[in-house]
Formats: sequence, structure tokens, C-alpha cells
Amino acid sequence: MAVSEQSRTGNRGDGFSAIPDDARPLAIEARGLVKSFDGTRAVDGVDILVPEGAIYGILGPNGAGKTTTLRMLLGIIDPDAGVRRVFGHDRPHDIGRLIGYLPEERGLYPAMKCVEAIAFMGALRGLPLRQGRKRALELLESHGLGHVANRTIRQLSKGMAQTVQLLGTLVHQPRLVVLDEPFSGLDAINQGKLETTIRTLADDGVTVIFSTHVIHHAERLCEGVAIIAGGKVPYAGSVEAARDRIPAQVRLETRAREGAWMAALPPETRRNGDFFHFPLPESGIEPLLRQLIEGDAGILSLSIERAGLHDAFVAIAGEAAARQLQADSEGAAA
Amino acid sequence: MTDLAIRPHLSALEAAWVIARRDFVAVLFSRAFLFFLLGPLFPVIVGGLAGAIGGEVQREAVSVEIGLAMSPQDNAAMIAAGKRLAPQLGSALPSLREVPEAKGDPAFDARAFMEARRGNYAAILTGTLASPQLVGTEGQLRRWQGPVGLLAGHATSAEAAAFPTVGSAVVTTSAAAERSSRIQTAQVAQMVLFLLTMLLAGMVLSNLVEEKANKIIEILAAAIPMDAVFMGKLFAMLAVSFVGIGVWGLAAYGLWSLGSDALTAASGFDIARLPAPAVGWPLFLLLGVVYFAMAYLLLGALFLTIGAMANTVREVQTLSMPVTMMQLMVFFLAAYTIKQPGSQLELAAIIFPLSSPFAMLARAAMEPQLWTHALALAWQGLGVLALVKGGAVLFRKRVMKSGGAGRAPRGGGSLGWRARRASRRVEAGQ
Repeated sequence: MAVSEQSRTGNRGDGFSAIPDDARPLAIEARGLVKSFDGTRAVDGVDILVPEGAIYGILGPNGAGKTTTLRMLLGIIDPDAGVRRVFGHDRPHDIGRLIGYLPEERGLYPAMKCVEAIAFMGALRGLPLRQGRKRALELLESHGLGHVANRTIRQLSKGMAQTVQLLGTLVHQPRLVVLDEPFSGLDAINQGKLETTIRTLADDGVTVIFSTHVIHHAERLCEGVAIIAGGKVPYAGSVEAARDRIPAQVRLETRAREGAWMAALPPETRRNGDFFHFPLPESGIEPLLRQLIEGDAGILSLSIERAGLHDAFVAIAGEAAARQLQADSEGAAA
Repeated sequence: MTDLAIRPHLSALEAAWVIARRDFVAVLFSRAFLFFLLGPLFPVIVGGLAGAIGGEVQREAVSVEIGLAMSPQDNAAMIAAGKRLAPQLGSALPSLREVPEAKGDPAFDARAFMEARRGNYAAILTGTLASPQLVGTEGQLRRWQGPVGLLAGHATSAEAAAFPTVGSAVVTTSAAAERSSRIQTAQVAQMVLFLLTMLLAGMVLSNLVEEKANKIIEILAAAIPMDAVFMGKLFAMLAVSFVGIGVWGLAAYGLWSLGSDALTAASGFDIARLPAPAVGWPLFLLLGVVYFAMAYLLLGALFLTIGAMANTVREVQTLSMPVTMMQLMVFFLAAYTIKQPGSQLELAAIIFPLSSPFAMLARAAMEPQLWTHALALAWQGLGVLALVKGGAVLFRKRVMKSGGAGRAPRGGGSLGWRARRASRRVEAGQ
């Protein structure tokens, strides 16, 4: 399969960018992916571009189409329409040895020993069994699970079993790791360990793409995110750009309760006790400060808080949901 | 990153081999397989016990004992005649026993005795040797009148009748009998093939259901094409089936070696006297193995397709019932066509993939041509491939959709109120 020049780089120049000004080759390129189940459109024109070596998050509420999108990217199901390329290949199974996948619904053979389970998952990706066993033992040791190597899966705790499955995903040293809701079901300690593992993978040049509805993980880990809502992607790009979509919030505390200075506050201002909350004006804070001082507001405290990814996500997913609601209403009326 | 010596490309065959190897080892060394091997033993034991009890009951219920109510001398003469004739006539003669109630009772009324349902006699013999009188139901009289007359005649005669030795010359078969006798071989072969297929093909289904329950199927589907997964499972289960058949075959051979006479007598069926098939025994057995494999793969692929369509065990049970019934119909069709070689119906049974192995095995018993088998096997192989491909497509279409697939709930679901609030904030900020 020839890799097209267009798919080699992250600078597409087509008005859609995963991470602006990114010159790295693309690990994943999805354009206009569509998938329907039983007449319901689960994914509706999803575009995702992930450069090699990036940690990329797919964020969305439950039922938004994250898993279906990942399954299409991996070739488990085929899209009804659209283009899907992994490392430039249309058929992901052709390069299965380069990919590691941890599905949302964790599954292992309960009667299998840990070392065999990991080696088997490697064998599915082309790693010879003997080599897989050797590597499985190394991985188990390095993750503090050497003592359970010869235990069966059913003898493990849930957290341990999840770790074993993750190791099975990584045993063949893939170049692309796809994790579907990897943090779900893990306690805080194991979540931290998983974050470390993901960072280590990225440091080694591995592309990691994961879905989640827990924003904090994505905010801490990802350089790029795609937000999915109602089967569409209302936002795909860098985390920074997503945060910039929401204006910073100003929190103001004044000595004076009332006064002419209040006219200087933006109309969206909300009052909460002694505090005023409002978005940072486009003209900046200085003109407002001047008016407050001149109006003798008596500023006790003023802070500017930049919006987090969570705020951006809620805002963007909410916009999409509102549009969807509007579209449904119009459709029903028609 | 990928610095391990990974094979550059895992072909479909290699992928199927990875699945088959795991499934084969996992099934073979499971406790379930031990129970599976012992499975056929239970019907045999139950059948044996039921047969023994039934036989005993039948012996009790269907008496072939004739009560003697003649004079003591005549009774003794009849019993003696019975003993003399037994070596020649065996079971054709009834057992004879004096009726105790008739002893020393010249007024003994045999008719009243029988109608009063006393004793356990098929009939009662009264009168004299010269003029015997048999009292019993119409059926019993029809059955025993002749033998009793023979016994009475022999008891009357002063000397034993002379029985000349009858010479015999056995022929194995005749041109007219050959075809009809091979039908028996064809029927037995079809029956064995059907029982084995039905017994073993269900394993594939349970294997796939287990895989779904373990939720590992998505890992397999992500790593290798689904048809390779199905192929691997089919061949693993086929190999397991051969192990099962091997074990049962050895057990049956052992039992046969230990007591073939008893088994033949008990079953009324002597496998050693089964007529030789038209293609000869070695080739017939080989074809039997190959056709079993094909029948198994075809049915297994169909069951896998069902498994692919079903999401729960209950759905699997519901969907597999019609297939099982259809398989029965297919078997009946193939069995029916044995006696209609060359007919349109036989051709239909050969062409329809699921009945093809059965019809062709019967044909191997009846007809010596071999090229038809090569053609049929190729056709059946295509059928397996088509079913596997279809099953894989169905699986990808129907099963691999997320539980929450579909549009997000209106208002953004659980995040709705936050989304709306944040949305307002965005609008306010812009």
C-alpha cells in the first residue's frame, strides 16, 4: 500500500488540522467517517488526524460514538462512508503488528496463565509465542506483577487483570497504541501508573490514542484532542486551542456594594455573594480596571482564571447537543 | 519501537493457526472436555439399564409357558417330548409346566381358570395326547397350536422321530441382493455421520458464546480478520472432534473385543456382517472421515454465523433450534434418497451443501465412481468458505456495535445541564 504524500504530514492546509503547524507524518487519518447501526447514525462525518508520536484523546459523553470511531480506525468494522488510513494503509489489518488495542470491555481467557495470555495477545500480532512469553515475563516484572506470571487470570484482582491486558496490548511493541476508556475501573494509583505508561510510550515515539469521558486525564496527557458529540466532531485540535475557545473568567471582589462603576462590568456578569464573575473582555482587563478605580469600587481582589479543558469540553459538547436538539426539533416539525 | 523479531505479515492461515492452537489446547485440557467425552456413555448406560429392565418386564409380561392340565402320565410325556425336541427346535417350542391347581382335579375347568386370569400361562393344554385341547386367547392359539401338536405327536410316538442332517451351502451375496444389502451400509454410515456431527458441532457454538461472554472477541477482531478467527475456531473444534472420535472409537473397539457376541446378541446388529461398500472399506472409511469433516465444518460455520448474530446465550438457543431442526430435515432428505439413486431428489440432496456429505457418503456405499466425490468435496469446501465469510460479515455488522451506539441523548445526556450552562457561558463570552 503506497502512502500518499497528502497523508504523510500533519500540515494539511485544508482548513482542518489536528495540531496546528505540525509537520510530523500522520499515524491516523480519518476523514468524513460515517457509520449507521439499524438506521441510527452512530458516527456522522468524523474527521481525526493524529500525528506520529502524539498522545491524542477522543473525548465525548457516553454514546457519543467514540468506540465506534475507534473500531473503524482499527478495521474491526468498516465505515459506511469516509476515508480511514493508519500509517497510510487503508486496511489496518495489513499492519496489525504495528498496532496495539485495549478495548473498553476488558476480556481475557479466565483459565489462561498471565504469561500465556500476554504471549497469546502478542501472537495475534505476529510475535512468536516463545518470544512473547519471554517479553511477557519482562513486562510483568517491570510492572511489579512478576509474582502472578503463572497464576490464571481468574485468580487476579480486577486491577491486575486490567494491567495484564494492557501489557498484552504492548507486548509486541506497537507503534500505535489505541486505548478505549483505559482509565475506567482503575483506582487512583493505577490511573497514575497508566498515565506514566502512556507518557513513557510517547517518549519512545509511540503514538497513543485513547478515548475517555474523564477530561482531566486528557488535559494532563494529550497534545491533541477530538471532541465527539452526537456522532460528530465539533472540535479537533490542540488542547491549548480548545481551552482558548472559552474566554478567561474574571473574579472580582470590591469593597463598595453598589455604585456607578457597576456600569463598566460586562452584561454577562453574575454576582455571587461578594464576588462578581464575568468573562474577560476582549479589550483586556486594563480599561476595566481604570473604570473601576475611577468609579471608586474599592478593589479587594481580582483574579483571571484561564478556562480548563473540562470547561471547553462541556461548552463544545453542549453546543453540539443544542444543535442536535434543534435539528431533531426541526426534523420532527418538517 | 518495533525492534522485536516480529513476522512481517501474519497471513490468514497463520492467524487462523494462532486461534486454532489456543482453542484446541484450551478445550482439550478443560474439565468440560472430559465430561464431553463421557457424554455418550450416559445414554449407553441408561439405554442398557432400560433395555435390561424392559427385557425383564417383557419376559414377565409375555409368557410363553404352556400349562399342562392332562393326566400326570400325559403331562410327563409332553415334558419329555419337549426336552427331546429342544435341541432341534429351540425357541420355536414353548416351555411346558404342569398346572398345580389341575393336579388330582378331574373337574378342572381350564377355560374358567384362564378367564379368571389365574396363573401366568400363554395357554393351557387339556385332554389327552391323542386328543389334546389347547385353551387360550386367539393369538396364543394361533401361535402355539402347531408346536403343541408336534409335541403331542412326538409324545405319543413310541420312538423319537428321525431328523436327517440338512446340508448347507452359503453364498455371500447375489447380484440382486448386493444393492439392497449395501443400502444397509449406507444407512448405518449416514446415521453415524449424523450423530457425530450433531454431537460435536454444538461445541463450536458454545466456544463462540464463551468468547463473547469473556469479551475477548473484540481483541481477536482487532488483531486479525474475522474470517481467520472463524476458520481457526472451526478447525480447532474439528481437531477436538477427531480426538473425541478417536477416544470413543478406541473405547468401542475395546468393548467389542471384550464381548462382541454379547453386544451382537443384545443389539441384534452385527457390524462385522455389514455388507462391503461399493468403493471398498478402506476408501469408504477415508471418505467417511473427509465427509464428517465437511459436514462438521458446514454445520459449524452455520452455528458460528448464528453465534455472530446472537448477543446473548438465550438468543443463541433460540436461533440454533431451527438450524437443528433443519439439520434433521436434511438428514431425512439424504436418508430418503438412498433408495432413489440418480433421481432429481438425490441430486438436490447432493447439491445442497448441508445434505451433500450425507448423500455422498451413501453414494460411496452404493456406487464405485470416485470422481463425483472430488467434485462434491470441492463444492462443499466452497460452501464452508461462503458460510465463514458470511458469518464474519454478519459478525462485523451486527455484533461490533457499542452498547450506547447511536446519537447522544438529547441535551447531552448526563452532561446536559452542564453543557447547556457552559454553552451559555460561551455565548456570553463571545
